Amino acid sequence: MSFNPQDFITPGVRDLPPSGIRKFFDLVTEMKDVISLGVGEPDFVSPWHVREACVYSLEKGYTMYTSNYGLPELRYEIAQYLDQRFGVAYDEKKEIIVTVGASEAVDIALRTICSPGDEVLIPEPCYVSYKPCVALTGAIPMVIPTTVENEFKLTPQMLETYITPKTKAIILSYPNNPTGAVMTGEELAALCKVIVKHNLIVVSDEIYAELTYDGVHTCIASLPEMRDRTILINGMSKAFAMTGWRIGYLCAHEDFIENMVKIHQYTMLCAPIMGQKAAIEAFRSCRKEVDRMREEYDQRRRIIYKRMQDMGLEVFEPKGAFYIFPSIQNTGLSSEEFAGALLKEEKVAVVPGSAFADCGEGFLRCSYASSIKKITLAMDRMERFVSKRITTSLQDCHN
Amino acid sequence: MRENMREKILKILESNGRIPFEQLAVMVDLSASEVEEIIRELEDEKIILKYSAVVNWEKAGLEESVAIIDVKVAPQREVGFDAVAQRIYRFPEVRSVSLISGDYDLSVSIEGKSMKEVASFVSQKLSSIDGVLGTSTHFVLKRYKVAGVVYEDEYEDRRELVSP
Repeated sequence: MSFNPQDFITPGVRDLPPSGIRKFFDLVTEMKDVISLGVGEPDFVSPWHVREACVYSLEKGYTMYTSNYGLPELRYEIAQYLDQRFGVAYDEKKEIIVTVGASEAVDIALRTICSPGDEVLIPEPCYVSYKPCVALTGAIPMVIPTTVENEFKLTPQMLETYITPKTKAIILSYPNNPTGAVMTGEELAALCKVIVKHNLIVVSDEIYAELTYDGVHTCIASLPEMRDRTILINGMSKAFAMTGWRIGYLCAHEDFIENMVKIHQYTMLCAPIMGQKAAIEAFRSCRKEVDRMREEYDQRRRIIYKRMQDMGLEVFEPKGAFYIFPSIQNTGLSSEEFAGALLKEEKVAVVPGSAFADCGEGFLRCSYASSIKKITLAMDRMERFVSKRITTSLQDCHN
Repeated sequence: MRENMREKILKILESNGRIPFEQLAVMVDLSASEVEEIIRELEDEKIILKYSAVVNWEKAGLEESVAIIDVKVAPQREVGFDAVAQRIYRFPEVRSVSLISGDYDLSVSIEGKSMKEVASFVSQKLSSIDGVLGTSTHFVLKRYKVAGVVYEDEYEDRRELVSP
């Protein structure tokens, strides 16, 4: 009898579409001398203090497992940080788990709360893993498309429309990857009324919280009646330029945490101790570095926004994260066609908006986590490309 | 607000003195003329002293000899160390002069074409100044970081070209 591995793969996994980002990555890696605006991570190396602390901890022989919850000193630093920066208090002993990146946190949060048949609301465009992570639990991801007219924000009215008796949770992610949208405290408070009314849980991925440029970030758990119904996810990757360390954290009511830690202990066991040691140092000594990096992203954001406006693209001003999400509809190309042709003709890599959602079609995600020199060069090339396409597109309309 | 802007502009110029006004203006969210005005102000007030390049002369194939000299000085009535410092910094070979704490009083940096040239400056010019009681010369053997810039390419972009 012949053996076919395909027969053994569960339909749930087999039917998962591969990430649209991955697809584009495969195309890009075959090319040389590409300027990439397709990168979803800081271009800064982790601060030296952090790297040095890790090296020191290795020299001292810290190479073992930690508690499933994470090192107590790190949980203490996380609790202090969240309290001081965002005004939300968690008990470091019972309400925090250190995870292998925010990605693991999303996974175990959803696996803890979702049962087959439950519906989970996901405003799109959004980070690529939410929908698959919900689907893998057997729950049903219910997408809420947001639009540029609403600045890619979710409104209470939109939310009401999508709630059914099966709705259990909503995943929020502001500042947003890929649009750069943020929601203000007032806007979140208005959403919370609907969330409380329908007794929903919020999974709030706040990995870009430190990268908020206009105003201050509001942590949804800090709003009235929200702390206990929010599962707060954050991590070191974006704010501290520590993507490869894979240190994230999950904060929630102890009843949630007690159950989430079961999945964590049977799968990951614990986050790597060297990463945890580095994260402690990051909290203790890198405040200035975080502020300096945000300041630089902000300056780059202003430049890329202006350049895109000047080249005739309709572009929504991003208020957070390090992405800009211009519309390319006036070029007459689909986002995949645009990204593919831009790569081929001008060697600039961007990610098609369709990789993030159906409603992301007609847009591109461009990351400005690159030096001003590279951004300027990429914009020069993009401008040349766009000017040809917009002219062609206008001629097509006239014909 | 204006103080904050001045600080922002200074930081950007410190890292890139050649940045065009228009680009700088976009970065700090002001008009180009406002930025120009602030920069002129900073220049007039002698807060911005000069725009210069950090050059790796060794890489450019032009050898130089650099020494850091600790100088012990007899402070003078009313002017303290200032008069001697002034006499020292007027020599064109002298790149920097700072008053320091510790066993010595002034730290002087000298640049010359050769070690011999620097040594002869120290023995003939510097040591013979009235009020200089003693010197200790340290020749620079290798530069690693100057004015905040690392000489070797410390970091290359190792990120994947596309990532989530």
